[in-house]
Amino acid sequence: MSATVLAVEGIVKGFPGVQALKGVSLTVARGEVLAVLGENGAGKSTLMKILAGLQQADAGKMMWQGREVHFSSASQALKAGIALIHQELNLSENLPAGANVFLGREPQRWGVLDRRQMNAQAQQLLDRLGFGLPAETAVDGLSPGKKQLIEIAKALATDAQLLIMDEPTASLSEAETQKLFEVIRGLQREGVSVIYISHRLPEIERIADRVTVLRDGENAGELARGEIHHDAMVRLMVGRELSDFYQHQSIEPGPEIMSVRGLRTRAYPRHEVSFTLRAGEVVGLAGLVGAGRTEILEALAGLTPAVAAEITLDSQAYAPQAPYDAVERGVMLVPEDRKQQGLVLDASVADNLTLPSLTRMARFGFWRDFSREKACADEQIAAMQIKVSHAGQSARQLSGGNQQKIVIGKWLALGPKVLLLDEPTRGIDVGAKSEIYQWMETLVQQGIAVLFVSSDLEEVLGLADRVLVMHEGRLAGELSRENMSQEAIMRLATGGEGSF
Amino acid sequence: MMKKTLGIFVVFVLICLLTAALSDVFLRPQNVENLIMRIGLYGIMAIGVSFVIMTGGIDLSLGSMVCLTGCGLPWLLVKVGWSPPWALLVLLLVVLGLGWTHGWMITRWHLQPFIVTLCGLLIYRGVMRGLAADQSLGFGTAYDGLRWIATGKIPLGSLPIALPMPFVWLVIVALLAFGFLRYTVWGQHLLALGYNEEAAKNSGIRTNRLIVASYMICAFLAGFAGLLFSMDVNSAQPSDFGNFYELYAIAAAVLGGCSLRGGQGAVLGVLIGTALMQVLRNMIVLVFPAQQNMEFAIIGFVILLGVLGDEWFKRYFAKRS
Repeated sequence: MSATVLAVEGIVKGFPGVQALKGVSLTVARGEVLAVLGENGAGKSTLMKILAGLQQADAGKMMWQGREVHFSSASQALKAGIALIHQELNLSENLPAGANVFLGREPQRWGVLDRRQMNAQAQQLLDRLGFGLPAETAVDGLSPGKKQLIEIAKALATDAQLLIMDEPTASLSEAETQKLFEVIRGLQREGVSVIYISHRLPEIERIADRVTVLRDGENAGELARGEIHHDAMVRLMVGRELSDFYQHQSIEPGPEIMSVRGLRTRAYPRHEVSFTLRAGEVVGLAGLVGAGRTEILEALAGLTPAVAAEITLDSQAYAPQAPYDAVERGVMLVPEDRKQQGLVLDASVADNLTLPSLTRMARFGFWRDFSREKACADEQIAAMQIKVSHAGQSARQLSGGNQQKIVIGKWLALGPKVLLLDEPTRGIDVGAKSEIYQWMETLVQQGIAVLFVSSDLEEVLGLADRVLVMHEGRLAGELSRENMSQEAIMRLATGGEGSF
Repeated sequence: MMKKTLGIFVVFVLICLLTAALSDVFLRPQNVENLIMRIGLYGIMAIGVSFVIMTGGIDLSLGSMVCLTGCGLPWLLVKVGWSPPWALLVLLLVVLGLGWTHGWMITRWHLQPFIVTLCGLLIYRGVMRGLAADQSLGFGTAYDGLRWIATGKIPLGSLPIALPMPFVWLVIVALLAFGFLRYTVWGQHLLALGYNEEAAKNSGIRTNRLIVASYMICAFLAGFAGLLFSMDVNSAQPSDFGNFYELYAIAAAVLGGCSLRGGQGAVLGVLIGTALMQVLRNMIVLVFPAQQNMEFAIIGFVILLGVLGDEWFKRYFAKRS
């Protein structure tokens, strides 16, 4: 590998109460893809924010293209050629792609926006990324994958020499991921370096030239090209051997709990979907983003009532019109966007955990019973192994994994019959993931039926007893544990052929 | 939350001390009694609107609600000739119905609270002006027994002042509101809804019902305050009775720590906010009588300063903790 472009040494950063980084070092060579790995809370995000100028280190040295630099703002880092692409995309949905690429740096002519010039330049960048998207296309309605590519074009428009990508594939389908990797390889050839952050280890095996692992704010180790294997990465991340990540044991499923006939969602009102769920069964719902998976969960949980459906729950008619209908009947959803849909971030951990069950714990159904509430919250914190300093801590301060445990934990006191999980482990570190998997196991053994959506095929294969594969609003097929494979799922998910 | 209330309380005390230093009328029993009475009247409205603000909404129709019941009562009694119990019952049911309508339009039809209640502001006053033919209304010398609920005073032993009835009502309303928010499931649901409506709804909370209830509570308390206002002054002109009262109430609630983005509200803070507003108005009259026409401007500046200071405090504490 050629010359080192970035070398940071002994970066220290503390926040009140936490030492996020305790002297971290890393290097990136020109045209290299460096994967930075670590559990949530290991310090990755903080380090990346320091590299991109969003935060400033307390101590340490940063050499960029041979010169020592101290960025005090993101725009300084951007000027120097370091661009951070956030996990949450920052596009103005109402503007076309080209305008987004040049947002804030629009080419001007006599002080007036030069739209033609802007679109031409944007088109060049979009073409360089190799996807045929006209610069005039409106951004809203584009797939997450294409939006991600626009973000990259936006970074390239600033002449970035180092792209930091934080979980770029979190909302991408397999095919879109493939496309993104091609783009990254193309950039590599042009000499652009990439720092790639992801929790999806198989992706890192595919794309990374080198892996640096952080643990508890320190360097835990490094893997060169030939050493990048799943188990090696996990070992460095958790500091121990995870003999078997997925320990799903199919149990003999019990009686049918839910039967869905002719479900038509608002997103795909012309397609009918039918399936059943049995007690003690884990069913995966696979498919590309936009295939209608989330819509099915949301219809079953009453968030967006179905256009039409004949559903029975415990052999009785079930037609939820709002979440409280579903919760009442024991159908509970752990939604895709936990911060917006699942948690009251500014409320405490305890308040979040007790929110759905307050009425049941109250005297006369409305007078709060504080001691029962406290007992309930403490019980869930212990059961879910939620790491908090105290139950009154605000949910916002927790890591993604612990937040997700709250969203799951708040339902447990209510005794769910059917648990619907939408991307339950997205953006969550390995440790928390395996704890959540263990919980799913416990629940299933209690006779709960689990239906989960996941874009992580490894996860689907590791957890599900059965997979329902969706393609453009239809149920493209069903695979039992014996004939499940990544290839089989992808074939069904893409409508038979592996097209983008 | 306590830190915030403490901040506004300090400002309140400072303004009281300043006014007392600059004017020897301020602490006279007559003035204090008057002040307490006005705090009672405006406080009831402010607590009402704080429920709506907690849901992230707003109610601009308060002043017109005040007009509707405040002018409606003497109109029904004197011009139409109803008996007091009927008139009171019907008026309170009407404002409850209006509150329900606001909530229903906001939850069922997803209309903006700002727009719904702005239309309410125009409609209710317009209707009252029409009904009363824009005539000034009053109780004359009759109904002294009924008017006691607003004009009555409870002597406080050897103290030189007596407790005005509106303040007694405010204490009752405040205790009920505090109990509701702190000790009932609904209070906790309301708080969750204010912070994040979607998450609250997904947790199985009937958020629409809560929102409708908040607008009903708000309208009811405004209507009740309107009755007290009108019984107290014994003269109501439909064209300006209760004008701008919604702004006094909203300002008091915001000063008291209700964030207009929803989710925060403390009854104690709202009470102190109301008291601050009224002392401020009193100070302008007593200390700067020549500047009385500038009242709105001065109040506007103080609220702005209060909100800025609040933001500054929040950042300061966020940095420290």
